[in-house]
Amino acid sequence: MTVKSLAEKIGLKPLLLPDGDREVNGVYCGDLLSWVMGRAQCDNAWITIMSNVNVVAVASLSDVSCVILAEGVSLDADAEKAAADKQINVLVSDKSTYEIAVDLGKVL
Amino acid sequence: MAESITFKFDVDGSDFTSAGQASADVKKNLRQLGLSPEIIRRVSIAMYEGEINMVIHAGGGQAFVTVSENDITILLSDKGPGIKDIDKAMQEGYSTATDNVRSLGFGAGMGLPNMKRYTDFMEIKSVVGEGTDITMRVDIK
Ligand SMILES: Nc1ncnc2c1ncn2[C@@H]1O[C@H](COP(=O)(O)OP(=O)(O)OP(=O)(O)O)[C@@H](O)[C@H]1O
Ligand SMILES: [Mg+2]
Repeated sequence: MTVKSLAEKIGLKPLLLPDGDREVNGVYCGDLLSWVMGRAQCDNAWITIMSNVNVVAVASLSDVSCVILAEGVSLDADAEKAAADKQINVLVSDKSTYEIAVDLGKVL
Repeated sequence: MAESITFKFDVDGSDFTSAGQASADVKKNLRQLGLSPEIIRRVSIAMYEGEINMVIHAGGGQAFVTVSENDITILLSDKGPGIKDIDKAMQEGYSTATDNVRSLGFGAGMGLPNMKRYTDFMEIKSVVGEGTDITMRVDIK
């Protein structure tokens, strides 16, 4: 499923969607960046509550298909600019990491 | 590609919120050279972990990335405090990161293990009080 249709299906709000046709092949949840870099797979959706600029670097280098920010967090200004530059898909939700993961599990 | 190309980067140690510029540049360069996404991903993650370590633990340093026909070699060199016990530093979960660094999502003690995981060869040379040199190689199959 693409990032765009996934966002529509489970009601995630697109903050940035420069590459909405990208496929999502699975999910990784985590806030410790080196765990994410070690364990997330290319094209995974990554759910996190971290919102600083390093999240953008990790999303880009790990080649995840989108970042999903849980618990209503939003990117800080630096991070949003970096994400726009690097063409990272960023979706936001007020739900918890667990609730988003459950929703994703139903549609993926 | 008969000849090799080397990219050199100065890694600024003063601002770890914007660290990762060298890795981002390497990723771009490797893309332009037409390397596979899988190789690019491994090189850029290994490089980023090393770059962040130089910023967080060593006050910055230099990075050299050499792309040749058969492999990509990354040399990270810093004049930081050095690593006293390399075996311990290589263990998953070992970290001396400060709370400030941890609040940004680093400090899981997974960086060096990731560098090893994503490369075909890795060697750490470190002298306490003098600095650390890390060499990594990713083979292009
Ligand atoms: N270039 C370096 N100079 C001095 N010490 C270092 C250097 N790189 C790593 N270390 C030491 O090795 C430890 C382990 O490094 P590693 O990258 O695995 O974890 P971390 O940086 O603490 O956390 P993470 O990488 O998960 O964010 C560090 O906490 C630090 O004590
Ligand atoms: Mg590290």
